[in-house]
Amino acid sequence: MATLTKQRQKLGKYSGTPVALDGATLVANAMRQVRPDVVAAYPITPQTVITEAFSEFVANGEVDTEFIQTESEHAAMSACIGAAAAGARTQTATSGPGLALMFEVLYVASGSRLPIVMHLCARALSAPLNILCDHSDVMGIRDAGWVILLAESAQEAYDNAIQAVRIAEHPDVRLPVASVMDGFTTTHGVERSELLPNEAVAEFVGPYKAPYSLLDVAHPVTLGALDFHDYYFEHKRQQIEAMERAREVIRCVGREYGELTGRHYAALEPYRMEDAEVATLVIGSSAGTMRVVVDELRRSGVRAGMVKLRCFRPFPGKELAELLGGVHAVGIMDRSVSPGAANAPLFTEVSSALFQHGHAPLMRSYVYGLGGRTPGPAQFRQAYQDLLACDTLETQPAAPRYLGLRE
Amino acid sequence: MPIVLRELTQQQDGLAPGHGLCPGCSESVVVRQVLHALGKPAVVSLATGCLEVSTTRFPYTSWRTPLVHSAFENAATTIDGAEAAYRALVRSGKTQAQDITFVVFAGDGATYDIGLQWLSGALERGHHFIYVCLNNEGYMNTGIQRSGATMMGTWTTTTPIGKKSPGKLTWRKDMTGIVASHDIPFVAQASPHAWKDLMTKVQKADAVDGPAFLNVLSPCNRGWRYQAQDTIRLGQLAADTCLWPLYEIDHGTWKLDYKPHTKKPVTDWLQSQGRFSHLSRPENGPVVQEIQHKVDEEWERLQQRCRE
Amino acid sequence: MTLQTWKELLPGGPIADPGNSIAVETGTWGVTQPVVDFQKCVHCMICWVYCPDSSFLVQDGKLVGVDYDHCKGCGICVVECPKKCIAMKEGAKNLPLGS
Repeated sequence: MATLTKQRQKLGKYSGTPVALDGATLVANAMRQVRPDVVAAYPITPQTVITEAFSEFVANGEVDTEFIQTESEHAAMSACIGAAAAGARTQTATSGPGLALMFEVLYVASGSRLPIVMHLCARALSAPLNILCDHSDVMGIRDAGWVILLAESAQEAYDNAIQAVRIAEHPDVRLPVASVMDGFTTTHGVERSELLPNEAVAEFVGPYKAPYSLLDVAHPVTLGALDFHDYYFEHKRQQIEAMERAREVIRCVGREYGELTGRHYAALEPYRMEDAEVATLVIGSSAGTMRVVVDELRRSGVRAGMVKLRCFRPFPGKELAELLGGVHAVGIMDRSVSPGAANAPLFTEVSSALFQHGHAPLMRSYVYGLGGRTPGPAQFRQAYQDLLACDTLETQPAAPRYLGLRE
Repeated sequence: MPIVLRELTQQQDGLAPGHGLCPGCSESVVVRQVLHALGKPAVVSLATGCLEVSTTRFPYTSWRTPLVHSAFENAATTIDGAEAAYRALVRSGKTQAQDITFVVFAGDGATYDIGLQWLSGALERGHHFIYVCLNNEGYMNTGIQRSGATMMGTWTTTTPIGKKSPGKLTWRKDMTGIVASHDIPFVAQASPHAWKDLMTKVQKADAVDGPAFLNVLSPCNRGWRYQAQDTIRLGQLAADTCLWPLYEIDHGTWKLDYKPHTKKPVTDWLQSQGRFSHLSRPENGPVVQEIQHKVDEEWERLQQRCRE
Repeated sequence: MTLQTWKELLPGGPIADPGNSIAVETGTWGVTQPVVDFQKCVHCMICWVYCPDSSFLVQDGKLVGVDYDHCKGCGICVVECPKKCIAMKEGAKNLPLGS
């Protein structure tokens, strides 16, 4: 059970600085403010702005970080593992194929229980080659044992970046965290956000206390030993437990962050759900568009609502079941696919969770936005129209509806 | 620091016994020699391979030094990360400066092939660490498959002898040369039979400001098919046939460390191990000739570079 | 060694007991193990520097014995000893020192 950190004086008296920055630069600032000891990264579109901006901070002495310019993303994560094992606060950033290249070592990082924070600028996986946003890269690592937080906006990406450090390093958790923002939409879109003062961030994250370190030569530790069938299962079970404990930690840290900034965070963010009869579940920047559609529908008398999913791992199944309790039909918006699967990734996750909690409203699967085809309100309005017409199980088609696909 | 074995025996072995390496394996001999030569705490990174799986079989570890293993190809990068962390933490006052050295032990599989990129990147970044390649000329841990270090004509489980094949068809990578072109301050070839030479090289490697690379021949009785007791003797034979010359490149200056009194023919080498037994057949004469030719060529080139 | 439950293990699988492999008695692997003739031994330490299993016991610069609990019987020491005063024997650990 996570405990709240000691009550600290509300820093409501501080003034955050309003800035107009793209999400990537804002996140690079968060990285600067959490004062990592080591950052190891390799550039890839659309993450490049983060590495470039951070390089400038290092070059100007605005942050005292060893920035390892690796020769690939796999090498970036490998260096992070070595650094974190040596007791350093360690970060990296990547996108799409870069994340895919790191796949092997992502599992090593989480299996070794290293609190590495990675800023993931969601990008489509090749082939075909595509540099724009979708969630195929994120979904590709859902089993890797990483905590996964997703942001709607630049502000959220910044806020998540700061909270990620506390979550990862918490002694009950000690798992790496992927802090995701949408490629291009959020990384490159300039938004008005609030930058916290350096001291506020430094105090919020505190220092990193590693439970052991490779540098402690007086107490040598072997990390990364070979497990056979006699131990691997137990070590994996520990990882699962840590991810379960992360739920409470994420809640606590989100509450504490809310006390600091006025922006409260949890695993889910409901919008107009109190009396909703139809709703959608959405991740990331498209939540903004969805909110516009919900407001429109409400004005025309439809009891529409929306839930934004902020935390994908650990998946908030119970909370989601409660939120969707009174809803007649819900549309699950997937920005990735899993060819041949029973359903698209988020739909699979939700239906599995709702099934376990004994409540399943009528559900429809929607796939949108692949390869950067960002949807407009018209497409999302279509989803709600379907949901309103959705009476029984029989009217639910087996296949997802592809929003914006030329058929 | 003069190397006196009796003095070295006073230090506790950095590698404890009880590991699962084959009887007569040279890898632990090399590790012991390296750690004794350093004579100070080492932070070690291992690539997946015989050494790693045999010395860190949970819940047992043979290592009395801090040790990290993350994956097969990235031992160099992992230690680079630890080394960067050390500098960052010392600079920010979060940890004390210490007289420690960052060391990698990785096989030829991890070094010549799958890990080539990772090694190259770490070398290019130029921080101080010592990379020891344990070259047993094959992917021994996974069952004696060919690697980029395997010599032409060698039997391995993926270059078996068949009606259409006399073993591996390609020569072998000049990994020491590849590393040398990264312009790092110290590169050397060594062998555990020449313990004093190996240990001296370790000390030189530790003294430089930047990366150091030691390519160490590591005879493997399982993979090479010879009797375990001959492990050290084979290192001598490799040097005497000029198949594995002992040399060093110290800040760009090439120096030969051993010249055999009488250069032995490669057939001596080929006849000493079962993995070459097919080469004694008359139809494989040309392969043997090619091997001798290649060895002679490389030996000539090496001598020339050392003379310049 | 009793196998620990997942709650008892250190998270992430680090081994915090350096060199604990010493508990594994690899000395049972071989049929023969070396016996040193201390009459001829000059304490050059060559056997010590070539032993893959750290099985030569040295005290104050003198070879004092063999770690029969760990020696795998590879025989490298026999080949390399410059004085040829090491021989492989069955049941070496039960022989009086120097036989």
